[in-house]
This record gives sequence, structure tokens and C-alpha cells, in this order.
Amino acid sequence: MNAYAPILVLGAIAAAFAVGSVVMASLTGPKRYNRAKLEAYECGIEPTPQPVGGGRFPIKYYLTAMLFIVFDIEIVFLYPWAVSFDALGIFGLVEMLLFIATVFVAYAYVWRRGGLEWD
Amino acid sequence: MHLAAAYDTLAFFGRDPWWLVLLKAVFCFAFLVLTVLIAIVWERKVVAWMQLRIGPNRHGPWGLLQSLADGVKLALKEDLVVKGADKAVYILAPIVAAIPAFMSFAVIPFGPAGNEVSIFGTRTPLQLTDLPIALLYILATASVGIYGIVLAGWSSGSTYPLLGGIRSSAQMISYEIAMGLSFAAVFIYSGSMSTSEIVASQQPTWFAVLLPVSFIVYIVAMVGETNRAPFDLPEAEGELVGGFNTEYSSLKFAMFMLAEYVNMVTVSAVASTLFLGGWRAPWPISTFWEGANHGWWPMLWIVLKIQLLLFFFIWLRGTLPRLRYDQFMKLGWKVLIPVSLVWLVMVSAVRALRNEGYDFTKVLLYVGAPLAAVLLVALIADVVRKKPEEPPAAAPPAAFDPMAGGYPVPPLPGQELPPVPRRRRRTPQLQDALNGADHSEGS
Repeated sequence: MNAYAPILVLGAIAAAFAVGSVVMASLTGPKRYNRAKLEAYECGIEPTPQPVGGGRFPIKYYLTAMLFIVFDIEIVFLYPWAVSFDALGIFGLVEMLLFIATVFVAYAYVWRRGGLEWD
Repeated sequence: MHLAAAYDTLAFFGRDPWWLVLLKAVFCFAFLVLTVLIAIVWERKVVAWMQLRIGPNRHGPWGLLQSLADGVKLALKEDLVVKGADKAVYILAPIVAAIPAFMSFAVIPFGPAGNEVSIFGTRTPLQLTDLPIALLYILATASVGIYGIVLAGWSSGSTYPLLGGIRSSAQMISYEIAMGLSFAAVFIYSGSMSTSEIVASQQPTWFAVLLPVSFIVYIVAMVGETNRAPFDLPEAEGELVGGFNTEYSSLKFAMFMLAEYVNMVTVSAVASTLFLGGWRAPWPISTFWEGANHGWWPMLWIVLKIQLLLFFFIWLRGTLPRLRYDQFMKLGWKVLIPVSLVWLVMVSAVRALRNEGYDFTKVLLYVGAPLAAVLLVALIADVVRKKPEEPPAAAPPAAFDPMAGGYPVPPLPGQELPPVPRRRRRTPQLQDALNGADHSEGS
């Protein structure tokens, strides 16, 4: 069998278990209607009305997401380099150092401009 | 020269008959579920001991069936779908969280790749499968697992879950970077991303010893990645009630708990595989017992290592208070990422120089000697340098007047409350304040 097939087998078992549990829960549990029970939980007070789609949240999180993409792409480039590190020799090392330094400049800039501060 | 060829173990995978694949997959699944069931009881017991309580002891001997009882109880609870929920996503989220948690365990090696054991007459490696990109696959499934949590928070149509879900996504992606960077140093040493080859390349020394900084960064990142104390901000009970799973009940809630604990087992297994020698016997045993790393024994060692790391998780939870969110993000972005980047540069530079045949001791001498000299000079300068004059002792603080603002305030550090009026004579200032007279300072 293909080396990737066992992953699908394990995934299928996990999926059967997860879907089965969720379906089973809807069958085994009781069902008693209560208007207050279906309200959003907010420590007992009347829940704040939520705009459709979840509303707004701090812009900080977008910044974190953008920074994550920058570094994740750096990692994507690092992995093949690391795996064939011994074959690339000094040339590979210097090239990657240049790349890391370039990303590091952006990182230092973000840090200095306060992009990594919360509050 | 490509060292990876020395540990060519991938050829052993993808050759099992279908029934063996099924058997191994069922084993992986059962192993995870059983480990989780035991880990929950064990966690409650250990935390109870740390807090001088007894912990669960009603269900089964020593409370061992507690998690099973919890599961049955959850199954018999009403399956709520809150009014404001986006129904399809709300139901899908726990499933999305649970499936990848199980799937990433597929590439964890329980034993050597060399077809050492025989299961019903078929010789096979003690590992479900292995890929040339096994670690990338683990990172990918871990990322898909985040979707479950974010979607759960978003689809609940409620404030606390939304906050918890967003927090958790920011937290997990922040710590994934540190985790990914710590992997890169391992790949440099192993020359491969396949788990079996990484274990094979830890032949004389574990990577935890060779790459201690990567190991520490990974340990911190794995706790952040699994949302466990002290980094359990997405479900901070004190602030967010339960975080992303506030609106979930019944077995949907159980799926999130299960996913969290399965993720704990998986990251512990990855930590053992990458840094703690995987299925290899720990040091003193491997020296005198030749068979410790062969046959079925490796399974014992890796399970022991996983259990030790799980205990480490519980220990952390019992010991450390939860971080504030800004402290947490600061640790991730300002400490772990630069430290692991600098460490990666150091590791790669040393390795490249060594590969090129530079005499390592000489390089160390040329680089280290000036560095040591600078440090020494700095130390001497620091000792010899004249200390700045001690600032003249601050004038004794003016008598503290708790009523200065017109209403009583507590003393700041360094200030002392005036003596209790009934016992001692009142200072004139306090007397004035008590009489409602104006104070001396401005007027």
C-alpha cells in the first residue's frame, strides 16, 4: 500500500468516531425546550446583541496574522534548506543567512514601531 | 556528501497488507483514546495531591473509571444548539477539532523501522506509516486543528467564545513559528523530515543534548500550542468562562476535551521523537542491555517518555499561574522567535564549518577567544569602575496623611500609617485632618 494510505485509514476511523459521537449525543440526550437555555451565555445577564458574522475584534489580531504569514514563509524556505544542509555547504549557509537577515530587518522594524506590543 | 543516505529507513513503509494497516490504525486510535482516559484521571489525581486533596476515588479502583463515567454522563446530557449559532459550522467545529488531532499520530514511530517484529507472521515496522515530509505533515494537521477551535468560537454567536476563539488562533499561530524554527535545527542534524530517520540519526546522542535551546523552545511552544496551563488563555475560566467551548454541551464538548488531550499526547510524542531519542532506551539502560532497542521493547520506552512529558504538563498546571495575554504574546514574539532564529544561525554556522573540514577547535579559538576577552574586559571594567555615588539617603518620607485628599486612602509602599489614634497621641497633621481643617501643603 501507498505510504500515504494509512493516514487516510486513521483519519477515517477518527472521523467515524467523531461524527458518530456527535450524532449519538443528539439521540441519547434529553430534549427539554426552554427559551432562556438557548440564549448566549453571559453570566446570567441579558446577552449583548451580536451583529451577523460575529462583529468586530481588535485590529491587533490582523497584524499578528500578517506577521505569522511572513515568518511561516520563512520557515517554509528554511525546511528544504535544513534537510539538504550538508549538500549545500557554505554557499547554502551564506545564502540562507542573507535571507534570514532580510527577514530580521523587517522583524526589527515591526518591533521598533511597536507592532509586537499588546496594550 | 549527503548524510541522510545513512539512515534510509523510508523504504520499509507503504508495504503492509491492508489488514495490517487497519490493525495498526486501530491500535493508534485505541492508544490515543486510552492514554487520554488515563491521563485525565491521572491529571486530576496529581493536581489533587499537589493541592492536598484526594481527587476522584469513586468510580472503579482508585478512581480509574472516572473519565469513562464522565463520558457517559456527557453523552446523557442535552445537546444544545444556541439560538445565535451558525448551525452547520457549530456542529462541524468539534468534528474538525477532533479528526486532525488523531491523524497527526500516524507518523509517530513506536519502534525501529527495520521490520523487527512480526504481527501474525508479517514482519513490519512498529509504526503506522512514515513520509519523507512527516514533520511537515504533523505541522499541517496541527494547523487544521486550529480551525476547529476558531470556528467553534466564531459560530457560537456569543461574546466569550468569540474572544476565546480569536485568542486561541493568535496564540497558536504565534507559537507555531517558534515550534517550526526549533524543528529546523533538528532537520539540519538529521538531514530528513521523516520521523523514523530522525530517530535513527539520534544514534549516539539525543538531540535534546545536541540542541538544548531548540528543545527548550519546543517544550515552551508545545505547551502554548496545546492551550494548556500556564498558557490556557483561550479557555481562561476567570475571564472567559470557558473560552471557545462555552456554548457547547454534551459529546460536542467532550470532542474538544478529547482533542485537547490527544494533542497533548501527540506533541509529547513528537517531543520524544525529535529530541528524546524516540523509541530508544534511556541512557543507562542502553549501555548494558543490548536487546533494549530491539523487538517490542522500544514501545515501552516511547510510552514511558510520553507519560513523563504528560506528567510534565500536569506538573506545570499544578504549579504555574496563568499568564496575562500581553505577557504571553511578548514571550512568543520577543523571546522565543529571536532566540530560536539566533540559535538556528549558530547551529548552521558551526555545522557548515565542521562539514567544510575547518578545525573546529581552531575556529572556536578564533571566535571564542576574542569573545571571552571582551567579556573579561567588561567584567574587569565593571568591577574596577567607580560606582556612582550613592544618592544621598532620601529624606525621611513626610508623615503619611491618609485623609489628604479628603477621603481615606491606603498607604503606598514605603509609607506608614500613622499610629492608632486611641493608643498614641495624634500627630498634629492627622488631628487637623480629623477636625476637617484644610491642609498645610497648598493653602
